[in-house]
Amino acid sequence: MSTRSSTLTGRIMSAPSIIALFLWMIVPLGMTIYFSFLRYNLLSPGMEEWVGTLNYEFFLTDPAFFASLANTLLLVGSVLVITVIGGVLLGLMLDQPIFGRGILRLLVIAPFFIMPTVNALVWKNLLMHPVSGMFAWIANSLGFQSIDWFSEAPLTAIIIMVSWQWLPFAVLILLTALQSLDRDQKEAAQMDGAGPVSIFFYITLPHLSRAITVVVLIETIFLLTVFAEIFVTTGGGPGLATTNIAFLVYTQALLQYDVGGASAGGIVAVVLANIVAIFLIRLIGKNLDR
Amino acid sequence: MENKQTPLGHIGFSIFAWIVGLLIFFPIFWMVLTSFKTELEAVSIPPSFISFDWTLENYAEVQARSDYFRFAMNSVILSVGSTLVGLLFAVPCAWAMAFNPTKRTKDALLWMLSTKMMPPVGVLVPIYLVFRDWGLLDTRFGLIMVLFLMNLPIMVWMLYTYFKEIPSDILEAARMDGATLPKEIIFVLLPMAVPGIASTMLLNIILAWNEAFWTLNLTTADAAPLTAFIASYSSPEGLFWSKLSAASTLAVAPILIIGWFSQKQLVRGLTFGAVK
Repeated sequence: MSTRSSTLTGRIMSAPSIIALFLWMIVPLGMTIYFSFLRYNLLSPGMEEWVGTLNYEFFLTDPAFFASLANTLLLVGSVLVITVIGGVLLGLMLDQPIFGRGILRLLVIAPFFIMPTVNALVWKNLLMHPVSGMFAWIANSLGFQSIDWFSEAPLTAIIIMVSWQWLPFAVLILLTALQSLDRDQKEAAQMDGAGPVSIFFYITLPHLSRAITVVVLIETIFLLTVFAEIFVTTGGGPGLATTNIAFLVYTQALLQYDVGGASAGGIVAVVLANIVAIFLIRLIGKNLDR
Repeated sequence: MENKQTPLGHIGFSIFAWIVGLLIFFPIFWMVLTSFKTELEAVSIPPSFISFDWTLENYAEVQARSDYFRFAMNSVILSVGSTLVGLLFAVPCAWAMAFNPTKRTKDALLWMLSTKMMPPVGVLVPIYLVFRDWGLLDTRFGLIMVLFLMNLPIMVWMLYTYFKEIPSDILEAARMDGATLPKEIIFVLLPMAVPGIASTMLLNIILAWNEAFWTLNLTTADAAPLTAFIASYSSPEGLFWSKLSAASTLAVAPILIIGWFSQKQLVRGLTFGAVK
């Protein structure tokens, strides 16, 4: 259907976006790769020199790298488990006929719209504060010792905050998928005497598998670079307890001015994210053909 | 799965569901409530739920002490500005991809998507240095550009999935009747595209408003939006919980309202059309 002139118009119309994205991503990425092979510190300008893979050797053998890689994986993994399981359960719950369901759904998805810095500071001060926080009061009135979250279980605290933020995302998507489930199929299974548990495992869960995959992949991409929650609550500490890869790169670049090392770290983060991204892009690409 | 419920079971399940929902919403509720307390009541144990002296002084104080409206204004300018610039680029692009697809359209779309998967730390260093050298650090212009580029793939994708649903027969018919391309766009396409464009704008405003990697790293004072303003409470002086709550409530409220209105479209935008 597309004639030669309309193809040309199409190219002219899409060119600005493509060029802009190219300049925004590919060029800086190229610069990052280049910097990662230099000894380049902002405190000693003009002293840049080619050092080969030295930055990578330093970064990858740095104990801080292993600590932050472990923290990153722990953070991503825990939040995924919590949000997917919680998302399925809450999705099933909100799919039932409940009194005032519309309003209830608004309440459940609200945390997703809270900006990360507000999320982090409200949880840290109003809820998790060891003396005057809500949790401390509940623990004390039940006769337990209150926990000083950010010194005793800092990573757990971050995981809780980030899960709270991303749970609504999983709920929204899984609920949308649940609502497209064929009711007849479920009713037919019920007629044949299938109980709620077998309906869930043989009909509902297979139907949700694609939506769950999408949730897992998209959340992973965002969770790999959780930054603001760490920045405003723990600053990566105590020690390295809450430093993830994104935060480690940030400290190297903007606090230690080590451009070369930070660039090498940035490239490591890019590689990690791309492992996930390949799967996601394939999945979405398949969807485009339909 | 609860199809064959007794009325009592129905009520019981509703109560259970509401308890769960209220627990999830509790941190937001508590933040709003605390914003109306005095600083002393905010830290009192046991916490007071209703029986405290409701006060608005925190809201007044947040403005008086820290010039809240300047940060709020920055948030508005950055999110609306980046959205408008984004539309200028994304609408023609998505239009061309939806109505004049070529063999390479799919690849182009997926490539755009892949740029969104790039972790920002991967380009933090060069962007920071370029911003420093070009004097763009802590400027609204620089941040509008960053936010616009960051969300451009999502905008193109979301508009594309909406434009795809417009039947192209209508365009053919308009062409037959002698409509030129500009007329076709203004009188035929645009009215049908308005809902899609509107929800794309809303999602983009939400994402830009809440963005907290670039806004924290590239601003210090002049261009700092609310994300950075709230972050400044992480190293406070004295009692500050009520003021933090008041500032947070103001920062969150507009987006919460927009988000509640656009929750359905959100799924489409955030999953790149993979879940509808």
